[in-house]
Amino acid sequence: MKQSSIARDALLAGVALLVLVLLPTLFPAKSLSDFVIRLSAFAIFATSLNLLIGYGGMVSFGHGLFYGLGAYSFALLMQKMGTSVPVAFALTILINGAVAVVIGAICIRLKEIYFSFLTLAFQMLLHSCIIAWTSVTGGDQGLTGGIPRPAFLGIRLDDPHHLYIFCCVVLVGSLLVMRHLMQSSFGYTLRMTRDNPRRAGFLGIQVWRIRLLAFVVAGIFGGVGGMLMSLFVSSAYPDFAYWTVSGEAVFMILLGGMNVFLGPLAGAGILLLLNDMVTRFTEHYSLVLGVVILFFALGLRKGLLGFVVDVWARRAARKQPAAVAAQPVQRA
Amino acid sequence: MLTVENLRKSFGGVSAMNGISLDFAEGSLTAVIGPNGAGKTTLFNLVTGAFRPDSGRVVLAGRDIAGLSAPQIVRKGIGRAFQIASIFPSLTVRDSILGAVNAHRGWHARLARRFPLKEAQAHADEVMDLVGLGSQAHVLSGNLPHGDQKLLDIALALALEPRVLLLDEPTAGMGSEERWQMIETVHKLWQRKQLTLIFIEHDMDIVFKYAQTIRVLSYGTVLAEGSPDEVRRHPKVIEAYLGTRFEADQK
Repeated sequence: MKQSSIARDALLAGVALLVLVLLPTLFPAKSLSDFVIRLSAFAIFATSLNLLIGYGGMVSFGHGLFYGLGAYSFALLMQKMGTSVPVAFALTILINGAVAVVIGAICIRLKEIYFSFLTLAFQMLLHSCIIAWTSVTGGDQGLTGGIPRPAFLGIRLDDPHHLYIFCCVVLVGSLLVMRHLMQSSFGYTLRMTRDNPRRAGFLGIQVWRIRLLAFVVAGIFGGVGGMLMSLFVSSAYPDFAYWTVSGEAVFMILLGGMNVFLGPLAGAGILLLLNDMVTRFTEHYSLVLGVVILFFALGLRKGLLGFVVDVWARRAARKQPAAVAAQPVQRA
Repeated sequence: MLTVENLRKSFGGVSAMNGISLDFAEGSLTAVIGPNGAGKTTLFNLVTGAFRPDSGRVVLAGRDIAGLSAPQIVRKGIGRAFQIASIFPSLTVRDSILGAVNAHRGWHARLARRFPLKEAQAHADEVMDLVGLGSQAHVLSGNLPHGDQKLLDIALALALEPRVLLLDEPTAGMGSEERWQMIETVHKLWQRKQLTLIFIEHDMDIVFKYAQTIRVLSYGTVLAEGSPDEVRRHPKVIEAYLGTRFEADQK
């Protein structure tokens, strides 16, 4: 596969941002901009989980921990400490990173299913803490009273349009950074530890360090997703840290495709759309979702975007000489 | 260059290595032979840090490396390829080797710059050409034919510029013509890179033609060692390992 340059990715990101920013002018419906904000939170979250699943081969069932932690850290910092938005943002990243170092150090050496379940256990621990520590977190009611959103640098996040632009910028920026990390030397080393950790060790790579670094990066961006959501709903709820949030992110990755960088973004779009459409007609949302997931699991294993990329590559190959045509598509 | 002294290892009461002592001179080409279960691969595993020896020393260029982890031992200069090619199926040949070069130079956790780093490319291309995989650079490793996967496995080890290279049955699972090609390539590498090369091999024609010295293992002990001629004439070797074969040949 061609290695893409930073310039090309930055250009694509710029175009995407421009389109997103212009979107409300063309389609002023509030439901659309709300959709994009929710999408930005979930897309960052699902993409961060895919750094572990797709690139690292580490299937975490407890990534929602970082989503919930990000949302609560940010909301509490804003509400109880009265910090400014950029400071709360930076502190939340620090908190998420630090927690990811500790939990990662414990989980990372475990294999497959043990890793999955221990991450899940840590997530449930956080969820229980949120429920139990009523004086700080508001318990199962969530944080009440709203999050103050003081203006900074001329940005007023209590203005819906400003919030929309802010979320778009954070979305595109986060994806750009994660994309870059996956295309860096570290990103390729991570793929090596996914494909064959034993061999990686015999090349002198300390596999656990690479995995821990990936875990911390994923934890930080998982928290960024949570922050955006808490900004959007102006609160934080225990549901943000419930295990179903992790499950949704896994679904998003499956729907969009784990072998394409933007797969989880596409998957987040599909899942949110499904959610919005189906709940309009029936309350049996889970039933419909189950059927859709089944369809993807049986028919579209590589996810929607993975499928599209495959078709694209096969087409391109047909135009090329036969030698190249024999090449199937590489994993992300 | 590489010496093992009184190396012992047992697995759950079964003794796999009964106090083996061996010496591999710098720049030598040594074949390790012996029947299945003789401890050949175990020897490699103990030297490279896959297992920790129960007792004994592994000395590389004067330093005891026994007990270090596999990545640490690799960094001391021991490279290894496996009996069943151990590669990165979803990476292309070139990317795999570039990854190995990164690991060797300590660039593998760099976040700031994109893969591949310019300064890694010349070395990776050289290694690829050395094993003759240049034309397959952009093929996914997992799609390579068996023989090329074995070559890639060796190339990954070579990218680390090892002082000592351990090859576990480089010709395993190959047809006879392919075997000779493979061993020719290995022999060429040894000459060009002036490696201390140790390989495990079952094909006696190959062993006697290419090895400078031979070590015969049996039940975790050294049965015989010496030049091909010495080993060929060694009564214990004939009895334990070559005997049936020679008898068969004479019929």
